[in-house]
Amino acid sequence: MIHFVLLISRQGKVRLTKWYSAYPQKERTKVIREISGEVLARGPKLCNFVEWRGLKVVYRRYASLYFCMCINQGDNELEVLEIIHHYVETLDRYFGSVCELDLIFNFHKAYYILDELLLAGELQESSKKTVARLIAGQDALVETAKEEANSISNIIAQASK
Amino acid sequence: MNPFSSGTRLRDMIRAIRACKTAAEERAVVRKECAAIRASINENDQEYRHRNLAKLMFIHMLGYPTHFGQMECLKLIASAGFPEKRIGYLGLMLLLDERQEVLMLVTNSLKQDLNHTNQYIVGLALCALGNICSAEMARDLAPEVERLLQFRDPNIRKKAALCSIRIIKKVPDLAENFINPAAALLKEKHHGVLITGVQLCTDLCKVSSEALEHFRKKCTEVLVKTLKDVANSPYAPEYDVGGITDPFLHIRLLRFLRVLGQGDADASDSMNDILAQVATKTESNKNAGNAILYECVETIMSIEDNGGLRVLAINILGRFLANRDNNIRYVALNMLMKAISVDAQAVQRHRATILECVKDSDASIRKRALELVYLLINESNVKPLTKELIDYLEVSDQEFKGDLTAKICSIVEKFSPEKIWYIDQMLKVLSEAGNFVKDEVCHALIVVISNAPDLHGYTVRALYKAFQASSEQESLVRVAVWCIGEYGDMLVKNVGMLDVEDPITVTESDAVDVAEITIKRHTSDLTTKAMALIALLKLSSRFPSCSERIRDIIVQQKGSLVLELQQRSLEFNSILEKHRNIRSALVERMPVLDEATFSGRRAGSVPTTLSPSTMASVKVPNGVVKSAAAPLVDLLDLTSDDAPAPSSSSGDFLNDILGVDLSPASAHSGASQAAKNGTDVLMDILSLGTPPAQSSSSTPDIFSLSQNQKSPVASLDGLSTSSPVSARAASSQAASSIIDLLDGLGPSPPAPENNGPAYPSVVAFESSSLRVMFDFLKSPGNPQITVIKATFTNLSSNVYADFVFQAAVPKFLQLHLDPASGNTLPANSSGTVTQTLRVTNSQHGKLIRSMVKMFWRKAKSTTSHVNCEDDRFFWKD
Repeated sequence: MIHFVLLISRQGKVRLTKWYSAYPQKERTKVIREISGEVLARGPKLCNFVEWRGLKVVYRRYASLYFCMCINQGDNELEVLEIIHHYVETLDRYFGSVCELDLIFNFHKAYYILDELLLAGELQESSKKTVARLIAGQDALVETAKEEANSISNIIAQASK
Repeated sequence: MNPFSSGTRLRDMIRAIRACKTAAEERAVVRKECAAIRASINENDQEYRHRNLAKLMFIHMLGYPTHFGQMECLKLIASAGFPEKRIGYLGLMLLLDERQEVLMLVTNSLKQDLNHTNQYIVGLALCALGNICSAEMARDLAPEVERLLQFRDPNIRKKAALCSIRIIKKVPDLAENFINPAAALLKEKHHGVLITGVQLCTDLCKVSSEALEHFRKKCTEVLVKTLKDVANSPYAPEYDVGGITDPFLHIRLLRFLRVLGQGDADASDSMNDILAQVATKTESNKNAGNAILYECVETIMSIEDNGGLRVLAINILGRFLANRDNNIRYVALNMLMKAISVDAQAVQRHRATILECVKDSDASIRKRALELVYLLINESNVKPLTKELIDYLEVSDQEFKGDLTAKICSIVEKFSPEKIWYIDQMLKVLSEAGNFVKDEVCHALIVVISNAPDLHGYTVRALYKAFQASSEQESLVRVAVWCIGEYGDMLVKNVGMLDVEDPITVTESDAVDVAEITIKRHTSDLTTKAMALIALLKLSSRFPSCSERIRDIIVQQKGSLVLELQQRSLEFNSILEKHRNIRSALVERMPVLDEATFSGRRAGSVPTTLSPSTMASVKVPNGVVKSAAAPLVDLLDLTSDDAPAPSSSSGDFLNDILGVDLSPASAHSGASQAAKNGTDVLMDILSLGTPPAQSSSSTPDIFSLSQNQKSPVASLDGLSTSSPVSARAASSQAASSIIDLLDGLGPSPPAPENNGPAYPSVVAFESSSLRVMFDFLKSPGNPQITVIKATFTNLSSNVYADFVFQAAVPKFLQLHLDPASGNTLPANSSGTVTQTLRVTNSQHGKLIRSMVKMFWRKAKSTTSHVNCEDDRFFWKD
């Protein structure tokens, strides 16, 4: 099971956090600090696993961003690397060659995509196409709602003129 | 519409925050935004609610408090539109966690959304439930989720499956409701549903044996077939990862088969073929393929025995181990640890490679490899492997030395074929990384040395040489100083030369040098210095020619800021000056330390620290307590709080020694009171069965006090001469007074070793109106906890009502007061009230003290009358 997902920039800034196990707010800050300390300090050629508090952090670096997932001791580390890559590819497909700035300004979108990929700390969908379709469907719903709201407010505006 | 009324847009806020050059600027921007959001929340502004929440989430990610936005999440979730709900649920998952009470308020909205006609909204609700639901919510909403497992849209079914995992983890009782719907998911074609369904079944097996049986019987065939289909499926672009169709599904199926096959020969048998196929046919040039192979190997190792498959699996691991990719090597090491229980011989074949991994530049790999090597060691290979590890210790990273040292010490202790080898290896470790060696390891080494009489000379010479080479290693210094103190004569006279040794010439003064350097070095810690002081005392008898010089060094410690060293140097000096006749008997060699006692104590996981008291509190046959070392540490404990104790008034001095925190006023007010307090402490000490060594050190103090009752301010000289020796010399009177004290305590004399399970009860407090008795209880497995049963008796003729007992302890202690058995104390000792106190001592061995207050009201008096008694208790556990 994945206990949490962290996206940390090379400068140690947090770009996304998702907790599937219960960590109180104070503890979360501590965990983030510890993990970024461990992960950012590691050299480029080393393996992608760090043992931490009896658990394992699997991380992978994409450009300036570190994607970290924390799993149990007995879980399959290599698979988690694939899950990270799966997420990155899905992000890439959604944003069109994703970069850190996309994830900063559209952080909520990154969360929505993650929520279609993982749930309760387990993988939910192995097809990038399905995830893209589901996200597009929900985005469309938001768009129609927005248009409706606009048209209503236009009508009200015109009526009140 | 006024664009400025609602603050900035999300994008602008992020931009503003990113533009900040300093943390202070960022805080200012965030503060401003938070103020605007709060204002907007207060106005109950609907229009910008979701924008505000989005901003709050960003602010939350930066680490600022956002609790004021929690209710906004609930409001958004309760609103009708999809966009509001979407952001509301996201905020709920991000800003709240399952422990927050607020979460309960969302249960009803969740229930409605789970029944919503829009499947996206159902999806949102399932997602939130699966990520943060608490046990109560799980119970409330389980029926909805169960129903959604059969929903028409597969995307909802898969979400419901994962949500069920969370529910059964929170409430395992619900597992049986999910068994049948979960089994139905295994027949699906949709990969998402299949993946989540398999995962749900795997987790069900973990919480319910009934589920395991059910799936084993009904589903093994289906799963084997599914795995076969996936493994043989042609190229499918939607699920393809590195040329393999859906490795995620592969892995989950393999994992579930592992659960089913474990401990069941039939199930294992039915999956043999497909496992062999996966193990041989999977491409291993990409990470995805390796992930499948890794999972497959683990399944083969776990299911019931099949020789051919195991060979296949071990070969895969061998290939992994030789891989250039660090990740693959890491997982290989990880898996070999599991393989060791299956086929130790096969793992031994890779020993050389594994040993290389211990020296890898990657800390994660090193750690794994070290664990594995530790498991690989047996009697036959311990020597070469230990040599390799110790050689590597020299060049390893500082941060790795701690782990490595601990493992080497453990290996050497466990497998050492002979004592000389053990001593040699430990000396190497001590010289190389003495600062990382734990105290108990040093202690074990000293026990071994003391039990090898034919090696004493050899060991002390080797230690002397090692000390010359690496005197900065604290543990080495301690062991060296101890051995030189004990066996210094053997060092000088080259007693017990072994053939392998080169003869060395060490003069008596060289040996004294070692102790002198140690005691004078600033980096030595207190224990080391104290050990050096004792070594000097011992050497003074072994080397009469250096006696004067030793006395000088000891005398210099008179000015030590540490009270303990000061006190000991005064005492030792007096032994050297005034009691030459008994000195040699006093400092004779330590009796052999009992290995069985020591290992028994370690097995009981009592933390043994390398304290001289444990070494010295052994009685020599003639019954004379080896007092040289024993009082040191025990008293250190007593006085460590007020280490730089100025001793202008001997009354204070005495108090400090005894650890009695009397105010100076009471010490001077009357001799009898001081003496009484003194004896109280003595009673406490004695009654708790501390080593006799300690009693012998405190006896003279009491003794001198009771003799000097008229003049409470005993002079320093008087104290220093009343060393244990002189006390014993003039013991008749002292002894009788001790016996008197003991009589009052009941029949059991103090046990010679610590932690005897029975402690006599103690009168903790007694006045004309009230008596408090303490009974002590200690569980041997948990020495830090002392359970005290306090019994209160009313000695006066009035009934006490509303009796309250209060106690306070210093920070290093934890006190738990159970409710008292009553609050009324009948008069004339005709009844008692009891109350249990549980004291946890975080610094086991340190003196426990507490301050106690008692209140009561005399029942007959019309006005309520509060009595308050103060007393302070000290004892050592």
